[in-house]
Amino acid sequence: MSAGHGSAGLYRAGHSALHRLPAQCKIAAHLAFVLVVVCTPRETFWPYAAYALLLAAVAAVARVPAGFVARRLVIEVPFVLFALALPFLAHGPRVDVLGVGLSESGLWSAWGILAKATLGVIASVLLAATTSQRDLLLGLERLGMPRTIVQIASFMLRYADVIAGESERMRIARESRGFTPRHLGHLPVVAKSAGALFIRSYERGERVHLAMLSRGYDGAMPRLDSSATPASAWATAALLPLLASVALALAWAGR
Amino acid sequence: MTAPALEVQGLAYAYPDGHQALFGVDLRIERGERVALLGPNGAGKTTLVLHLNGIHTPGAGTVRVGGVQLAKDTVRDVRRRVGIVFQDPDDQLFLPTVREDVAFGPANLGLRGPALNAAVDRALAQVGMEGFADRPPHHLSLGQRRRVAVATVLSMEPDILVLDEPTSNLDPASRRELSTVLRGLDPTLLLVTHDLPYALELCPRSVLLDGGVVVADGPTRELLSDEALLAAHRLELPYGFDPSRVPAR
Repeated sequence: MSAGHGSAGLYRAGHSALHRLPAQCKIAAHLAFVLVVVCTPRETFWPYAAYALLLAAVAAVARVPAGFVARRLVIEVPFVLFALALPFLAHGPRVDVLGVGLSESGLWSAWGILAKATLGVIASVLLAATTSQRDLLLGLERLGMPRTIVQIASFMLRYADVIAGESERMRIARESRGFTPRHLGHLPVVAKSAGALFIRSYERGERVHLAMLSRGYDGAMPRLDSSATPASAWATAALLPLLASVALALAWAGR
Repeated sequence: MTAPALEVQGLAYAYPDGHQALFGVDLRIERGERVALLGPNGAGKTTLVLHLNGIHTPGAGTVRVGGVQLAKDTVRDVRRRVGIVFQDPDDQLFLPTVREDVAFGPANLGLRGPALNAAVDRALAQVGMEGFADRPPHHLSLGQRRRVAVATVLSMEPDILVLDEPTSNLDPASRRELSTVLRGLDPTLLLVTHDLPYALELCPRSVLLDGGVVVADGPTRELLSDEALLAAHRLELPYGFDPSRVPAR
């Protein structure tokens, strides 16, 4: 059991300027940047290179190495496979590439999806690498995300490892008694374990609630944080989407 | 004469499914007393504990904490006065950092800013966990988590501290560290356990609960020396343990 270490994979502790920026500024900047990328016409190539350069600059400021980002890009693979299938599956006029007839609109779609998704994922990886899960939630709360949702998410973060640990102990106990799932006929056993895990988690939820009530919980988490975000932080975070939107404007102007 | 820290009279309770867990419990604990609540599994210990701060509402009888009778309009006050530490620290520690968890109770009571920070620092110092304020609870050992769980109620400055099976699953060193912490605390202590040597170590007085009633109440050493009584209520001393030969604290 690696209690609590499984989630450490995305965050990379550090003290760079990007690490120090308040989470809400980074989240807003990230969202704005992704919107700019999505709005960029796929027929113009150079803005994408500009965006990539911007992200490289951000990574350099945050001291996040390229390999760190590249390994976490693996999450994009299903989308890549989908994008690669498009030129073969889409209809419309065909073009000949290395002797294979590919759909022209499919090729454009594939390029668009690949470029935009990759830039979005890199930006997300950089955000997650420089902001702890805890700060991400605080940032979302400060940006006006309903507190109930933030509470649910923070419970999930807190208890994911506890429940994963419980599930792992149940698996070990099953296998210690000679059970190894080999074929679909074994599915009922696994399903019953999942059911038991669900009930245990539900009961744990009730016990946590009892313990919260015992300490005076009355349905709302006490609000402790009241500090305002300095304007300079917003200005720094706005640099990325602002520079990207300059490229966007030029791309649309040049069409 | 000041009111006792805790006064339970004729407390009876049945769960909504009809299972009757308590049949008229009487218990009086004076201020500053350290009392062990002993009993086999299913004796009603946890049900009794959940009455002490109004999680359960008595079916019959009364609960008074420091002279204040537990009722709808006093439940907030009573919850401040009675700090319950639950058996599994993972049930008690639910926030991302130790500091937030220790601050949760006093913040619910309305503390903010420097006063809140002072309460947190004081509670962590009381359990010897000062250096762990910014750590996530799930990265701590079980013994450390249990001490932090104690801090989460100490920060509310309770009059009575109630611990439910505090030694379960602890290794011997963590067990001793916890008893050192508990012995250093001021508040009245109610220790719910079937760890009999631990009860003898910490509590001069013991109350034996079984079948939803108090069946014995007296000095811990006497109670533990009564083999017939223990056997009648499914309690056993560890092999070779002789309570009469344990030196007094």
